[in-house]
Amino acid sequence: MITKVRPHLSPNERLLFERSSPGKVAYQLPKLDVPAVDPGSVLGSENVRADIEGFPEVSEVETIRHFTRLSLWNYAIDHGMYPLGSCSMKYNPRVNELVARIDGLAWAHPYQPERLAQGSMEVMARLEAALAEITGMDAVTLQPAAGAHGELTGILLIRALLEKRGNPRKKILIPDSAHGTNPATAVIAGYTVEPVRSTSAGMLDVAALEGIVDPDVAALMITNPNTLGVFEENIVCVAEILHAKGALVYMDGANMNALMGIARPGDFGVDALHLNLHKTFSTPHGGGGPGAGPVAVKKALEPFLPVPRLRRAGKKWAWDYQRKYSIGRVRAFYGNFGVFVRALAYILAHGGPGLRNVTLDAVLNANYIRKKLEAYFDLPYPAPNMHEVVFSDERQAQKGVRTGDLAKRLIDYGFHPYTVSFPLIVPGALMIEPTETESKHELDQFIDAMIAIAGEVERDPETVRAAPHGTRTSRADEVTAARKPVLRWKSA
Amino acid sequence: MRYLPKSDFERREMLEACGVASSEDLFSHLPEAVRLKRPLDLPPGVSEYEIIQYFRDRAAENANGYTSFLGAGVYSHFRPVLVDTVVARGEFLTSYTPYQAEISQGTLTAIFEFQTMICQLTGMDVANASMYEGSTAMAEAALMAVRVTRKGRVLVARSVHPEYREVLGVYAKPQRIPVEEFGYLADAGALDAEDLESKMDDQTAAVIVQSPNFFGIVERVKEAAEIAHRYGALVILVFTEAVSLGILEPSADADIVAGELQSFAISPCYGGPYAGIIATRDKYVRQMPGRLVGQTTDTRGNRAFCLTLATREQHIRREKATSNICTNQALIALMATVFMTVYGRRGLRELAGQNLAKAHYLASRLKPRFCGKFFNEFVTSTGDKAAEAINKALLRKKIIGGLPLGRFYPELADSVLLCATEMSERADMDAVAEAFQ
Repeated sequence: MITKVRPHLSPNERLLFERSSPGKVAYQLPKLDVPAVDPGSVLGSENVRADIEGFPEVSEVETIRHFTRLSLWNYAIDHGMYPLGSCSMKYNPRVNELVARIDGLAWAHPYQPERLAQGSMEVMARLEAALAEITGMDAVTLQPAAGAHGELTGILLIRALLEKRGNPRKKILIPDSAHGTNPATAVIAGYTVEPVRSTSAGMLDVAALEGIVDPDVAALMITNPNTLGVFEENIVCVAEILHAKGALVYMDGANMNALMGIARPGDFGVDALHLNLHKTFSTPHGGGGPGAGPVAVKKALEPFLPVPRLRRAGKKWAWDYQRKYSIGRVRAFYGNFGVFVRALAYILAHGGPGLRNVTLDAVLNANYIRKKLEAYFDLPYPAPNMHEVVFSDERQAQKGVRTGDLAKRLIDYGFHPYTVSFPLIVPGALMIEPTETESKHELDQFIDAMIAIAGEVERDPETVRAAPHGTRTSRADEVTAARKPVLRWKSA
Repeated sequence: MRYLPKSDFERREMLEACGVASSEDLFSHLPEAVRLKRPLDLPPGVSEYEIIQYFRDRAAENANGYTSFLGAGVYSHFRPVLVDTVVARGEFLTSYTPYQAEISQGTLTAIFEFQTMICQLTGMDVANASMYEGSTAMAEAALMAVRVTRKGRVLVARSVHPEYREVLGVYAKPQRIPVEEFGYLADAGALDAEDLESKMDDQTAAVIVQSPNFFGIVERVKEAAEIAHRYGALVILVFTEAVSLGILEPSADADIVAGELQSFAISPCYGGPYAGIIATRDKYVRQMPGRLVGQTTDTRGNRAFCLTLATREQHIRREKATSNICTNQALIALMATVFMTVYGRRGLRELAGQNLAKAHYLASRLKPRFCGKFFNEFVTSTGDKAAEAINKALLRKKIIGGLPLGRFYPELADSVLLCATEMSERADMDAVAEAFQ
């Protein structure tokens, strides 16, 4: 029985280009208060375009209806639980949207005089300090635009430190359970990648690690808790192994939601990590961004942080560009400031004790789901889990139903799917992260849906394999999309 | 706490189901050595009212009620009301990356429209779903050109945004890609083709130029392209002022376009979040970084959109991916999409025309340093006065003047970069002009 949802009508809507009609407009500019100029004479006629062929021509009311109709085709956190593992899809507080749009903040130009930007700089300084305290690190750069960008920054910092010590080294060690961004980042930063096995307990294989840490290893990129949702209990020992050989420990902080107020990477041997403000710190994911990927480091890496750095000059904040060892800048200006405002608003709302409660509830929710579902789904790694739990489709696969099918059927029950087929070390993974912002009622509905689907697999696997049935769009032909790419609209 | 939806009673029920007495027990497996044994040193949580007050106070410490003539990569354009109306919808704001096509058609369709409009504006065949911002888009475009040409050297014009060039250097260094710069003409403020020619060799993967360039000058892309292509290098055309695309003919000579869309209804917001793009020719699409949305059909035969060509991306290809980019700037790209829709075919042209008129009015009252053709920014010498003194005088009139250029170009220490947009009012421009007298 599907209790959470029932079908309703959703409007069809053509593309903007198909809606366009010559002469329609949705804008009106103020009357020009200076003489008009002839574009051809000031730009040169060869530089002036005659037209923007194909560009939309629609009215204001059609514009708002167009985008409103499209919006109705999306699932969103505001609709319900979004149990994507490793993504921390939590409620996005709306006051954060309001404060990010206050004129003095939203209209601040990055080159306006420092004395007229003190409020923005104070926001950044306060966020840096809060993130340093939460992670137990010594310094933070807010410059990176997203998690992967933070990874790149972190590895470049490590490279710079090792270069200063005489040798940047060659390899980055990456556990087989890691996010795909980790190996991609290592290569962009000029390193080769060497995988590290996980044990049957779902943790890094310390013995195997000891065997492969040699003088060519620059760093280990570890996620903790890892992508199985399992805390790396040997982390202190792991860090010692790396440090003993002059290598560093980089942590992917995507799963920081499991640790706030409980344990700090800086206290368990991590030298650098990034945070995803769009995960742990509630800034909206927006259909794929913007995010922000601040990097927190220990003292030894601080001299290499990107320029500019905030510096206290008397009672004012100033930007310091004169830093001899800095890696340079990883993007223009100072970072995704609008995201910083939202993240700081979130930290202020919870406060220190509140952030710990966030983690307690996030871990409770994941454990509750595990407890209720472990009778129905295979649990390949029985170690205690933190903020997420990873099942496999082993039992359902015997009926020919795979994790992707289960996920699609979940849509019919009114939920966004969990993360499918990741981490790669679990064949047919179902990676479930509820976050702290789900009520018991929502969790119970999710659990009921999962149990109902497990039952359907036994009785009627075809229904699950062909899911979703209730959406306006059924399964998309992704193979043809990739074989014959149509990446833009063209008039018939 | 208002963001935690459970009562203590419900928590107890759940703990009981888990077979533990307290939430802390769920952490009992953590080794003693890793545990934080004190509370986080952060103040207790505050109410919504206090949060709003805190940020209003911070905003009050910034410039308020000033008119600004700053450009230099970030422009003050009017933001149509519909933009925030659309992006404030929870269905867009609070959704994830559209991997699950069946329940993400809203985002996917909007991105497909975005990709199409970027192609229409730039004259390219294909555009991605966004990059972080302009400078990283340019750096990634350079890496892309290195993959396409299998050559290892990049030349960049000094008339490209200085911070973009810094980022390029940071991206290129660990991959041992030499980056060299070529100069600009002291009179025209446009790239120096002779200097470019003298630095070209057959190992050059890309020549990077920006138009309008950092000085606001419409760049000599054709000349640069003729030289670059003769040596088998790709031309990367960068833009930071997207409104110029409404009036400037897109270059037929570019192989990759990398740009910044901040001008399309994205608040200056002290430097971000903005949205970058990369657009290119069809033949290079498989070396392109970033997400792409493609059109297909669903099992019922209806048109549908999905993320595609993911075999370029990190979650499939890991260390063999074209880039490590994952999260991009989808919601910001949606802002730009709504902006492009509101202004449309006629409006973007008219908007660009107003920018052109305003900047040329301001320039008519000052003396542009360069003779090159410009869009809405230009460099002017401060003459006998120091740039700082002029700006200080303007601040007293609540006007933020142009950007002093000495910091980026020592040879232009006596010059400022001024920008006028449709938001610049004649009286303020007159005040700026007077400050230079």
